[in-house]
Amino acid sequence: MNIKLKIWRQKNQNSKGHFEEYSMTGIEEHMSFLEVLDLLNEQLFAEGKEPVAFDSDCREGICGQCGVVINGQAHGPIRSTTCQLHMRHLAEDPSFKDGSTITIEPWRSTGFPVLKDLIVDRSALDRIVQAGGYISVNTGAAPEAHSVPVQKDKADAAFEAAACIGCGACVAACPNASAMLFTGAKISHLGLLPQGQPERLARVVNMLNQHDAEGFGGCTNIGECAAVCPKSVPLEVITRLNRDLGHALWKGQKTTA
Amino acid sequence: MTELIDGLYLQGEKIADTKAPHDVPIAQRWEQRKFNANLVNPANRRKLDVIVVGSGLAGGAAAASLGEQGYNVKCFFYQDSARRAHSIAAQGGINAAKNYRNDGDSVYRLFYDTVKGGDYRAREDNVYRLAEVSANIIDQCVAQGVPFAREYGGLLDNRSFGGVQVSRTFYARGQTGQQLLIGAYQALERQVHAGTVKEYRRHEMVELIVVDGRARGIVTRDMVTGKIDTHLADAVVLCTGGYGNVFFLSTNAMGCNATAIWRAYRKGAYFANPCYTQIHPTCIPQSGDFQSKLTLMSESLRNDGRIWVPKRAEDCDKDPREIPEEDRDYYLERIYPAFGNLVPRDIASRQAKNMCDEGRGVGPAIKERDAQGNERMMRRGVYLDFSEAIGRLGRDAVSARYGNLFEMYQRITGDDPYEVPMRIYPAVHYTMGGLWVDYDLESNIPGLYVAGEANFSDHGANRLGASALMQGLADGYFVLPDTMNDYLADMLREGKVDPDAPEIAEARRSVEDRVERLMALRGTRSVDDFHMALGRIMWEYCGMERRDEGLREAIGQIRALKEEFWRDARITGEAMELNQALEKAGRLLDFFELAELMCIDALHRRESCGGHFRAESQTPEGEALRHDDEFLYVAAWEWGGENQPPILHKEDLIYKDIELKQRSYK
Ligand SMILES: Cc1cc2nc3c(=O)[nH]c(=O)nc-3n(C[C@H](O)[C@H](O)[C@H](O)COP(=O)(O)OP(=O)(O)OC[C@H]3O[C@@H](n4cnc5c(N)ncnc54)[C@H](O)[C@@H]3O)c2cc1C
Ligand code: SF4
Ligand code: FES
Repeated sequence: MNIKLKIWRQKNQNSKGHFEEYSMTGIEEHMSFLEVLDLLNEQLFAEGKEPVAFDSDCREGICGQCGVVINGQAHGPIRSTTCQLHMRHLAEDPSFKDGSTITIEPWRSTGFPVLKDLIVDRSALDRIVQAGGYISVNTGAAPEAHSVPVQKDKADAAFEAAACIGCGACVAACPNASAMLFTGAKISHLGLLPQGQPERLARVVNMLNQHDAEGFGGCTNIGECAAVCPKSVPLEVITRLNRDLGHALWKGQKTTA
Repeated sequence: MTELIDGLYLQGEKIADTKAPHDVPIAQRWEQRKFNANLVNPANRRKLDVIVVGSGLAGGAAAASLGEQGYNVKCFFYQDSARRAHSIAAQGGINAAKNYRNDGDSVYRLFYDTVKGGDYRAREDNVYRLAEVSANIIDQCVAQGVPFAREYGGLLDNRSFGGVQVSRTFYARGQTGQQLLIGAYQALERQVHAGTVKEYRRHEMVELIVVDGRARGIVTRDMVTGKIDTHLADAVVLCTGGYGNVFFLSTNAMGCNATAIWRAYRKGAYFANPCYTQIHPTCIPQSGDFQSKLTLMSESLRNDGRIWVPKRAEDCDKDPREIPEEDRDYYLERIYPAFGNLVPRDIASRQAKNMCDEGRGVGPAIKERDAQGNERMMRRGVYLDFSEAIGRLGRDAVSARYGNLFEMYQRITGDDPYEVPMRIYPAVHYTMGGLWVDYDLESNIPGLYVAGEANFSDHGANRLGASALMQGLADGYFVLPDTMNDYLADMLREGKVDPDAPEIAEARRSVEDRVERLMALRGTRSVDDFHMALGRIMWEYCGMERRDEGLREAIGQIRALKEEFWRDARITGEAMELNQALEKAGRLLDFFELAELMCIDALHRRESCGGHFRAESQTPEGEALRHDDEFLYVAAWEWGGENQPPILHKEDLIYKDIELKQRSYK
């Protein structure tokens, strides 16, 4: 197939970006989307132009390092990471024709400044975790693993939330640029387990304060986040977050140092 | 003493590990070593600076634990977040000798299986300790909230994994590595919050600083701004993962590289067993020339999937569902009835290759080049079939076990494995070689510690499944915090390094020079193009099967390719900005040199063992033939200088607690 790519080019964080268009021929349908970008870069190289910078590492849908907005959708038209999107998935769209134009932009959010072309800085998500997204246990101080049984359905629900890969698609998709699905996923993961109870209320207050300080917006229940989440983290995690927050405020939970 | 052998390398003096206390029985050595180690008073720890390079299971766990102890830690990694280290991709599980299944498991059995699985090329002391601390790892991770699979009674579930007959593998669906890494990452972020660890994201270590014979710091390049900086410390820990990407195509993440350990090698650290490469049997076959990496399908699939090829080559292009039972060759079950589809990786991989070489491979034929450079069309795939399991267990049970893997397979290939058997083929997966370390995980450069896949220590010539995660976490959580105390206590007396030491400026200058030289290249070929060419040489001559003349050919071709690189490569962009071509070029230069050393190591080891199959050394049935009389040692290589042959130091492997046997899975 032949395609046109319309790609956001931006030299660095301080410069202004713009779109550029490139034509490609001979694309095979079992190529992954990132392999098409690799090929484009070989083509640009041959033309003496600078390749497009984009992030990826595992290319298996698990590290969360890749991620671009494709035709207006975070990670593109199917629910997966960008690296797991294949040309055949794009070609399944009835409006896709030979020579169609595909628009590619970086994650859009004030919380994620663009570093170059399609690469953004997502360190804000780490800072939310630093604020309390963990269970405090010193190495070597852990009790025998079987001493704390966990109900299977709770363990499964915790796992569902723990599957978040921190890609930031939820933020990119949200009209409020809210990182609530990401934050809620961590709160659910740890809050559903018996090990996570002692710090549960402090955790939600601390993490949410950081979330807001990073400039992410509030959640108004639009649901775009869960719709694009490649790991199918359910919207329920936000409900749980709100429930814990309510509980924390009622108990007068303050932030901890 | 130094004699030039084969025109390729020099024979150096023997070495040995002196840190494991051999005056006590193996089961007491680790306790004894910990007891003998010097301690650092808590108030003094914050005066000591430790650099940890890497934030995977080994690095993340090490940085978190050292931070917890109160040391002043700096943790460097090249991804945008510590959580993205390559450990995240591990699917299948992590072993531990908990004996939760009451199936006869014990520390000794895990130790025994690991040494045997590694084809008796691992060091007994280190492996025993690994088995010993394995149970603590599970406790630690569960306490951190790692959501391992559980049974209805609320207790942890286990499964069995390739090469063993007990169920000792803990797992979190097909995402065990992710969940373990998130645990370590959260522990790390907790320390960042506490102020004991400082993270340096998107920073690549490009040189090691050695002053007066001790590791004293690193030189980094900020991958966003291009800025080159030096960071000094009292000790340096490298946890930088494996170097499988020397083959270009592998199951490793795109950024995995050898630079950190290679730079240390060039500064005097020994590189042990570089040629030991693990080839994983269950990967999705390559589908075209544009491919950037290969995808692993978890080995746990082998618990229920049956592997076969058609008995007759004529059937290879038929729809597999139309090939009747009697025309299928379940070759692993036929050749290895006791282990069947669960034989260790090296055996499963080699037999898959044999079937395809015989012309009984399946899937589309792809173009490949043989050793003489001739092109040929080959089918490189065997079936991994779940129809019997679906019949026996039902589709839902199969989907509960492997659903996410099936989905991933379908997304990549477009085929539905519930309907059509999967196609799999071996791919480069893990490197058992790495920097040489002693029992303390210290390299021969004092103050330079190496952990996880970056060191050579625990897996011998072949790694059993679910043991790399175990090693990374054992090293990071439980070994380094104890062994490094001993060294750091000394450093407290020794004092800080002089920031004006000439070695520091010199290390930095060498990095700047290299960047400058690379940016000046004005040729016609891209870095990726060279990397692909290197990968083809390595896979052809130093891959699953190696021969004397092939390896010699490879060494010549690698040297020529490297020269060609300096003549005809071009690096786009600028040095002082985010520049992915420049990053890749730096890594590729180190891969060129490493590739040559891998071939020399493979050439000198004229035996087959584990993942290293020398065609000249096989039994009449075509199985790997080891030569314990000649090769019962670790090959530790020393850098001999620019364009000089490397020097081989042998560390004898001494088996006192385990009897050496020819490994048989029949
Ligand atoms: C697809 C796949 C599946 C696997 N499945 C399993 C499994 O089921 N069970 C199992 O036991 N093992 C498995 N393994 C193997 C296991 O995952 C790895 O061996 C292990 O995770 C390595 O951990 P590590 O901490 O040593 O290194 P890594 O996790 O690779 O971390 C390396 C770190 O070093 C950093 N780094 C590297 N070079 C530099 C540099 N120059 N400068 C700065 N930072 C640098 C990186 O940023 C990263 O943080 C699997 C491997 C793969 C590829
Ligand atoms: S919740 Fe989903 S979309 Fe958001 S960061 Fe996690 S995996 Fe990505
Ligand atoms: S590259 Fe890792 S999720 Fe896409």
